[in-house]
Amino acid sequence: MPVVHNPIQPPEGRIEVKNTTCYMCACRCGIRVTLRDGEVRYIQGNPDHPLNKGVICAKGASGIMKQYSPARLTKPLRRKQEALRGDAQFEEIEWDEAFGIMEERLKHLRETDPKKFALFTGRDQMQALTGLFAKQYGTPNYAAHGGFCSVNMATGMIYTIGGSFWEFGGPDLERAKLFIMIGTAEDHHSNPMKMALSQFKRNGGRFISINPVRTGYSAIADEWVPIKPGTDGALMLSIIHELIRTGLFDREFLTQYTNAAELVSTDEQSDDFGLFIRTDIPLDPHCFDPQDRVWWDRDEDKAVHSRTEGVEPRLLGEFTLADGRKAKPSFQLLKERTDQYNPEWAESVTGIPADTIRRLAYEMGITARDEKIELPIAWTDAWGKDHETITGNPVAFHSMRGTAAHSNGFQTIRAMSILMTILGTIDRPGGFRHKAPFPRPIPPCAKTPNSIHGVKPNTPLGGMPLGWPADPNDLFVDDDGNPIRIDKGFSWEFPLSAHGLMHNVITNAWRGDPYTIDTLLIFMANMAWNSSMNTDEVRKMLNDKDDNGEYKIPYIIVADAFQSEMTAYADLILPDTTYLERHDVMSMLDRPISEYDGPVDSVRIPVVPPKGDCKPFQEVLIEMGSRLKLPAFVDKEGKRKFRDYPDFVVNYETEPGSGIGFLAGWRGKGGEKFMKGEPNPNQWKMYEENNCVYQYHLPKSYQYMRNWNRGYLNWAQEHRLMRFAEPINIHIYSEVLMKFRLAAQGKTEGKQPPAHLRKRIETHFDPLPFYSEPLESQLTDKHKYPLNAITQRPMAMYHSWDSQNAWLRQIHTYNYMYVHPSTAQKAGIEDGGWMWAESMHGKVRCLCRYTEALEPGTIWTWNAIGKSKGAWRLDDDANESQKGFLLNHLISEELPAHEAGEHVSNSDPLTGQAGWYDVRVRIYKAEEGEENVSYPQFNAMPALPGTEKTNKWQAFFAGLFTRGGK
Amino acid sequence: MTQLALVIDLNVCVGCHACVTSCKEWNTSGPAGSMCDDNPYGQDPTGTFFNRVQTYEIGEFPTTETLHFPKSCLHCEDPPCVPVCPTGASYKREEDGIVLVDYDKCIGCRYCSWACPYGVREIDEHMKVMKKCTLCVDRIYDESLPANERKPACVLACPTSARLFGDVHDPESPISITIREEGGYQLMPEWGTKPSNHYLPRRKTRMHIHEDELQRADNPLKKEQRSGTSAPVDAPTLDDSTSW
Amino acid sequence: MHPAFSVIFLTTLIGVGQGIFLALFTGQSYSAVELLPTQHSANFYGNGAIIALLFLIGGLIASFFHLGHPERAWRAASQWRTSWLSREVIALPILMGLVFIYGVMHHMGWDSILLTTDKGAKLSLTLIVATLGMLATFALFLCTGMIYACLKFLQEWYSPLTVINYTLYGTASGFLLMTAFANVSAPDLMSFYGIWSMIIIIAVFITRFASLVRNARIKYKSTMQTALGVRHTKIQQKAMGFMGGSVNTRDFFHHTSLMFMRNMKWIFMLLVGPIPFVLLWIGMESQSTSTLLTAFVVMYIGLIAERWFFFAQANHPQNLYYQTV
Repeated sequence: MPVVHNPIQPPEGRIEVKNTTCYMCACRCGIRVTLRDGEVRYIQGNPDHPLNKGVICAKGASGIMKQYSPARLTKPLRRKQEALRGDAQFEEIEWDEAFGIMEERLKHLRETDPKKFALFTGRDQMQALTGLFAKQYGTPNYAAHGGFCSVNMATGMIYTIGGSFWEFGGPDLERAKLFIMIGTAEDHHSNPMKMALSQFKRNGGRFISINPVRTGYSAIADEWVPIKPGTDGALMLSIIHELIRTGLFDREFLTQYTNAAELVSTDEQSDDFGLFIRTDIPLDPHCFDPQDRVWWDRDEDKAVHSRTEGVEPRLLGEFTLADGRKAKPSFQLLKERTDQYNPEWAESVTGIPADTIRRLAYEMGITARDEKIELPIAWTDAWGKDHETITGNPVAFHSMRGTAAHSNGFQTIRAMSILMTILGTIDRPGGFRHKAPFPRPIPPCAKTPNSIHGVKPNTPLGGMPLGWPADPNDLFVDDDGNPIRIDKGFSWEFPLSAHGLMHNVITNAWRGDPYTIDTLLIFMANMAWNSSMNTDEVRKMLNDKDDNGEYKIPYIIVADAFQSEMTAYADLILPDTTYLERHDVMSMLDRPISEYDGPVDSVRIPVVPPKGDCKPFQEVLIEMGSRLKLPAFVDKEGKRKFRDYPDFVVNYETEPGSGIGFLAGWRGKGGEKFMKGEPNPNQWKMYEENNCVYQYHLPKSYQYMRNWNRGYLNWAQEHRLMRFAEPINIHIYSEVLMKFRLAAQGKTEGKQPPAHLRKRIETHFDPLPFYSEPLESQLTDKHKYPLNAITQRPMAMYHSWDSQNAWLRQIHTYNYMYVHPSTAQKAGIEDGGWMWAESMHGKVRCLCRYTEALEPGTIWTWNAIGKSKGAWRLDDDANESQKGFLLNHLISEELPAHEAGEHVSNSDPLTGQAGWYDVRVRIYKAEEGEENVSYPQFNAMPALPGTEKTNKWQAFFAGLFTRGGK
Repeated sequence: MTQLALVIDLNVCVGCHACVTSCKEWNTSGPAGSMCDDNPYGQDPTGTFFNRVQTYEIGEFPTTETLHFPKSCLHCEDPPCVPVCPTGASYKREEDGIVLVDYDKCIGCRYCSWACPYGVREIDEHMKVMKKCTLCVDRIYDESLPANERKPACVLACPTSARLFGDVHDPESPISITIREEGGYQLMPEWGTKPSNHYLPRRKTRMHIHEDELQRADNPLKKEQRSGTSAPVDAPTLDDSTSW
Repeated sequence: MHPAFSVIFLTTLIGVGQGIFLALFTGQSYSAVELLPTQHSANFYGNGAIIALLFLIGGLIASFFHLGHPERAWRAASQWRTSWLSREVIALPILMGLVFIYGVMHHMGWDSILLTTDKGAKLSLTLIVATLGMLATFALFLCTGMIYACLKFLQEWYSPLTVINYTLYGTASGFLLMTAFANVSAPDLMSFYGIWSMIIIIAVFITRFASLVRNARIKYKSTMQTALGVRHTKIQQKAMGFMGGSVNTRDFFHHTSLMFMRNMKWIFMLLVGPIPFVLLWIGMESQSTSTLLTAFVVMYIGLIAERWFFFAQANHPQNLYYQTV
């Protein structure tokens, strides 16, 4: 039978193939883009890229529909004078005018009070530049989205082991035998996690998922352990209890590489109560964590220098020092702490049967002990001792926002880090592995200014806008102990808020607490929708005026590539490009894409020209930096230093002549150096020729035990990853936290918390992990609101921005509330029927879907599928606004008034991590006759000027995109 | 005779939909395209896709299994959709067993979609012809592509490599071996359609703890014990009271 | 299955046309052996053929609404070796051609008696054409029925009853219309057609009832277990992979309630059986053309309902994969 239609013949057209880096989520896979007649024909994973090795996800493969979305902004827009914020009435202006407006405003603020300008960005990974801009401008009011994402994961682990998950490190699934995934949804991490999981399973590894919900990754787990949200800490502590009880811990690892054996003063009368006993060895002034601790020698029964060669210390017991002071090893304190957390207790908290908890502990302990890995790799430790092999205990963990986004998350993650540590799995094969530039000192060296003197007109900030406090004196508070940042970061309310608290910026600025600001620049963050807690109120705040008829937040600039809900509230909109139209760097100064075996950074290089007048946000910052004459952007004469962003990336150095810039690869005049070297004018070209990625493989002997690996530490110091080449010992007992507690107890000389926060600090800055109910739960009537409500992101949708994607929105065009049948039936709610979910803050009407893959005391939904009517250039009757909903309406950004204050953020009291998953709700059936649309509904957002009209149908064919009329 | 096919490993599929959209993006701009979308930004968006990933729940809490289930044309060895086609537009290639539709012959009568028990054919409401998975026949013979990329787009994309591609008639092909050794099966075998695509079931790794394993010779707690006994030597013992 | 009105009209209209032609053939055959009085060639057979042809053409036109590319319909004749649809595409124009020739011959008087038997039976040229047409009619009934009856996994359809019902319904509706037509143009044949109509209506009532009984007892071979290859008694779909619908949700579901389906079943059984039967009886008694026509119209409406139900009731195994948005 002759074939008329040739199924093989490729359509005609001019084909080009270019490499760049994906940005359909934050995973940053290498992509290869094929163009036909200049239109994007195919986006595939780059097989030569170390991160994704050729694979791509649903979002990455739908990049075409982002590129050609009708919601694209193409012109700078100014709010029409007569129009109110939120009405989304704009007029097109030219860039020159937009820059002029911003220059005038920001110049004035910088000359008078730079903190009146706030810059907050939804996505990080551009923080190297945005942070630099804020610092150079001199405003402390800068952060990315980390505070409402997963800062507990970063801080909880970094303050314990000097590294964390995702960009910072991860599970070594290539060699692990047992993998515990807890509180991980389907995103962080995306493709590398999927690849590793599948390989791990095929290698015969055992995968246990602990999660209230069984979807995504958990679906393929060998065992699913449903847990009540917010109780992960109780589980961890109980497993630690069981491991200590049975002796299933790695004693050698604990003694040498952690502070487990180091003696802590337990004499309440003594000045050093709660601090480590110190010896009188001379201190190196550059040392961040001096090795001046004390062990108790079990043979000689006396105190000795910690890590004295040949000495076996006691891990347990109480000892009396020569001067009569009592002291206990950290591990004894941990044991005493966890004694109360037996599995029966944990069962009552977590809902996991005690026998299961015990079995989990045994599986971990026995696998760690009996499946031990010995790699024939010789290495030298930080104390100069040579080792013939690298040892690994193949139990790996991964965790993300499920454990982090609770107000008890920091201590939960401390507990998890300690669990990983006592199993002896840190930076070892089959366990947890760091990614450069991690590990960092505990805590890392970056610090904010510690007084109001760090903020001065016309002067760069006297420190970093974000940092890692090591003791109360590092806090960024004024002389009265009040916050200096608009989000109250690094104040006594949230001392360790390393990523800021973006979720409180609008509320604080609106209330004028701690002060009012003038201009808020928001980049790529949908604060008028899914990125804010309490969305409805936040929208009102953005629109609220004072008695003089002025907006309480006087000027709002929004930089976004799309018509998001947030753009409606802008006074000025700056159209950003898509990722296919811009230069970008995944910099070592920010969060690079390093692999376990060495540093990796990467770039984006435009594959198509920008649409309309859109401009990469980086170019906006370079332009504004030059116009405002910020020191880093101009030369001595005040003349513009960098032509554009690519030029900046090549030529900027952290300090003149430092040789450290945004990109680590192909530095030096001819590209012969890496990490450190003078600028290379051909650096972009070299990245382009190398799949847009620079990868360095450390020598094998530097790839493990990097906290204590002499070779690695020296290498890292030499290549300027770290100032110090000292061992980074794990903090089982956190003296850093204890110092804050001592301050709260009034036992220290330095900065003191205000009276109303003393108890809060004293309770939560516990040097040992403990379990406490999330703050919101403590303040909720749990009889009235018996259920937990949580969200997660589906794998095929990232953030809110994919609802404008014609392909992805077919997969998730609205969201259901998932409820266990028994829970739903008790409330009379039918499968597929309309229901209400109500918290003490608000309520939503939504559609119910029964599910058996859910802990029955919890309900959940996909995040950010629901949209405000008309946003993202969707039709007014689009399912996203008519059937979709946001859980955010139930979640408050502030806790009810309690002893710590009236307007305290609904966040972790240590870190300011948003407590997204702490909300308690009740559910009931929607009445007969109620409207079959989701609640709340908002006025339709009209199409912004410069966006495209949408069509009744379309058929994408690269080079010949046809669309049908409406 | 060659029969190309996919093997889908349900043991590792996490339901990410990468195969769904990578198929769409490749094929919409290829000989099998375009693949239209209706109401792309409106109510009930719907469009042509050759491949879908579905989700099922098996069992009841707490022993629920969540199953992600990708499904595209199974390229049956005895495809019921082919003989029913009145025009011959629906055909099975002799050289490799791929079932295709000739868009230039198809009259859009939909009868083949009725004749497919698996629901994998999609009428294009705008081109008015039946469309379906082509196993990316335009990729797998394209010598301008590197050899390791001559595979269906879904296979290249799949992050968990849950999609294997090869010749199921060659008993020594990797996918035949996988089917044989990992319990590969066909969907709805009751109709005798002999789907070429196979599915691999979930396989569980379990750990069995023997009580002996909870004892350890080198229990580190032993190192924490104080040496000797705490009982005084002169306290009473059996030595003082036995009378054998 | 989703009942497509193009297909409903196609099958019911050509059924009427085929039934009319069978009635003409039967009438002429009876006349040829002198069991019935001979009729006026043009007025009765000729005009009857025109009516039959009009119904066939109507069906053909309806069928084109079902095609995406009707301009390529000619290609549909090519796969007669394997496809019942292709065979239908061949049989229908053959039948139409024969009906046309038959009608023309009667109108133009192109007829001659080729043979007369001892007992006086006459074999005429038109009767030979009618016989060929009769064969084509049955072939077409077979093709149409087999289009559905050959799909083995559509278990409601996969039965000889499908072909029998298609044949009998077409025949009944044709005979019924011919009863009314005869009342006008050949009153002495009215009761002949009327009685045959009654017999066929009773017959198809029984066979259709049998198929309803059969379909109510179907044990589906495909289950969630075979569809997914998972052995568990409790399997529930939670997502079909898209939320705005697809061909799979549009073409294979009737999108009505169970109640509606149950009501439709009784309504169509009444409309194609007892009601036209009674109307036919009354019409025959009163020799009222309008009553007889009403009987036909009622039956035709019933047939549309029957055909709707026929499609709606068929449970396609693909639906196992498309149960939950």
